Amino acid sequence: MKHVDEWREPKLLRALADRIAREATRPWTLLEVCGGQTHAFVRFGLLDLLPPTITMIHGPGCPVCVTPLEVLEHARRIALRPEVILCTYGDMLRVPGVHGDLLSARSEGADVRIVSSPLEALDVARRSPERAVVFLAVGFETTAPATAALIELADREALTNLHVLSAHVRVPPALDALFASNSVDVDVDVNVDVDVDVEAHANANVDVDANVDVDASTNASTSTSDTTPTDPNTPCIDGLLAAGHVCTIEGTDVYAPLAERFGIPIVVTGFEPVDLLRGVLACVRRLERGEAGVENAYARIVRPEGNPLARAAVERVFSVADVPWRGFGVLPGGGLAIRERFAAHDATRRFALRGSVGADEPIREPTSCRAADVLRGRLRPLDCPELGRRCTPETPLGAPMVSSEGACAAYFSRRSAHA
Amino acid sequence: MTDDSHDSHGALDAPTLDCPVPFGAYERITLAHGSGGRLAARLVRDLFVASFDTPELHAAHDAATFAFDGRLAVTTDAFTVSPLFFPGGDLGSLAVHGTVNDLACAGAEPLAMTVAFVLEEGLELSVLSKLVRSLTDAARTAGIRVVAGDTKVVERGRGDGVYVACTGLGRVRRPLATDALGPHAIEPGLAILVSGPLGDHGTAVLLARDPRGVEVDLVSDAASVWPLARALLDANVALRCLRDPTRGGLVAVTHELAGTAHTFVLDEASIPVRHEVADVCELLGLDPLHVASEGRLVAFVEARDANRALALWHAMGATDAAIIGTVHARDVAPVVLRTRLGSTRVLDLPAGEPMPRIC
Repeated sequence: MKHVDEWREPKLLRALADRIAREATRPWTLLEVCGGQTHAFVRFGLLDLLPPTITMIHGPGCPVCVTPLEVLEHARRIALRPEVILCTYGDMLRVPGVHGDLLSARSEGADVRIVSSPLEALDVARRSPERAVVFLAVGFETTAPATAALIELADREALTNLHVLSAHVRVPPALDALFASNSVDVDVDVNVDVDVDVEAHANANVDVDANVDVDASTNASTSTSDTTPTDPNTPCIDGLLAAGHVCTIEGTDVYAPLAERFGIPIVVTGFEPVDLLRGVLACVRRLERGEAGVENAYARIVRPEGNPLARAAVERVFSVADVPWRGFGVLPGGGLAIRERFAAHDATRRFALRGSVGADEPIREPTSCRAADVLRGRLRPLDCPELGRRCTPETPLGAPMVSSEGACAAYFSRRSAHA
Repeated sequence: MTDDSHDSHGALDAPTLDCPVPFGAYERITLAHGSGGRLAARLVRDLFVASFDTPELHAAHDAATFAFDGRLAVTTDAFTVSPLFFPGGDLGSLAVHGTVNDLACAGAEPLAMTVAFVLEEGLELSVLSKLVRSLTDAARTAGIRVVAGDTKVVERGRGDGVYVACTGLGRVRRPLATDALGPHAIEPGLAILVSGPLGDHGTAVLLARDPRGVEVDLVSDAASVWPLARALLDANVALRCLRDPTRGGLVAVTHELAGTAHTFVLDEASIPVRHEVADVCELLGLDPLHVASEGRLVAFVEARDANRALALWHAMGATDAAIIGTVHARDVAPVVLRTRLGSTRVLDLPAGEPMPRIC
């Protein structure tokens, strides 16, 4: 492919891998935030190219995977109403909810349509004024602007039959929670082995208490998590590859507080193989130098200031809200809620959903699925006893096996290398 | 012909095939066109029989009969596509190519086929007429005769415009031994070849259904693969199995054939995929190896003959044909891809229809 091949060039990739191998003088564990990055690592065989000193752990960056069961059940119930057309991204159709997925709702008669852009839902609403068109909006900061545009356009056109069920989530609060539980290990590690910049290190220590609080509240609100900050399973994460497309919107500064607080390097990284290895290399170099801070290794796309227009649209339509994440519990500031001004387009209000699910039957995560541990980087999919056995893409136990960005789905296709 | 439509295949006046053919006062299919009455008779006579124009249809029997010498190959398939017309083909030509290609994979020369149309009330007759003409042209080009047919009309809303169901008959090519060709003849050591770039058809149809603002110059590869198969058979290539990678693409076909006994190791860098197809798939989050072709062959050939087979195809103008992998005894998975970087990953079947993804 003309505009992509150059970013997949094997010679260049091998050269980058060699350089990483030469420059990494000790083991480093890096976390790639985004599920798209996880899939690219696997799809292009990059994990086999990296030297044994580098361990990749994948983060919570799969919007489908972190969408709580409650939202999926809301979506299913809304979809089954005869007046409703439910539009959503293809990924969402096969995520198992409490009573099956949207694909089975469709076979029961629900009008569920796949769209590749929120604006397609606008067309559906225009063409079907007698139906209630509901867009199930999932995704991080990357897709929120398009949903904001949808709501603003619907508002401008007075399309009263267009509603959005928002499951939009924000990355930084999840990383905050993840590193808060990780920070004790990081500090121990850093203290013993690395000559870190004293100031950054001091900041990391200073913040530990506050972080433990965050973690405690997280644990308190999630039934599946039994992990404390000192849990030996908590991964020791030395550095982080941030998701480039989120930064396309948010800019690079958004990660500065996190880098400073936990004394880690955060490298803004793209999705093509060359981008990914450049991200790894930049991160390794910073670790070897003992340098925390944010670095942009995806400058061909990401500008430091991000996309202010897109952010403004999101700001107009959404307010930051405390929302539940699958695997994390309620994250303070972890998601986006539709502002009062656009209440007419808010599906949760239109269908009076708040609290309606779970009142008749409590919603519980299936105990057999360890998605929560996978999403928090505590369990690598290949170490999950169910992967490839009870849990396969045909019979997924949880969302990470379904989504195109789910870590388990990515590793399922790599299991041969470890079999 | 079944009793719903057999009553009207009488001798023909003058076949007038200027499209659109006027069929009485109606411009659309009505329930009367499937009634067995005058309108139905006229539709059969003026459109189907006139267009297909074969002695078997003109004979107007309940069943066609014809002399046959040799070993018979039979296949049946139902066709539906949205939209009905797409760059490089339509439902009519697709029905022929799908039928002929299944015969070709059995090493059989196409002879005769039956065509059953299920029409939805309200379908424009001009659309049907175009499809029938296209089916006729494709059948002539592919060298197969339509010898029997049927028409049913379903109420509006109970069909998707037109469905076509075909049964194809072919003569197994000599000097092929009785069951020399087939999945059972696959064994470790064989080379795996494809006859051309993969995924053109599925991608072209996807874009015809919804262009999504994408402008690419891409047509379906739908065509008869019989010439490609015949070339290998005539040259006595040590051929073991042929398959056309239609629904589910190369991944589905290789999975099916690898079964539980083999592991196919495919070489990513050797698999031909057009830039345009790779681009569109990349954009939509699809994998070209999961996308259908309708005019390609996957061939399993003894390694000693792989280069000769390839040269034969290249000489026929299939210049993108390539050796893409080899058959091994069963390892961990049915199909494994060796990436451009030299690492391997399992190529899995998608659980369902591949779907465009979020971001």
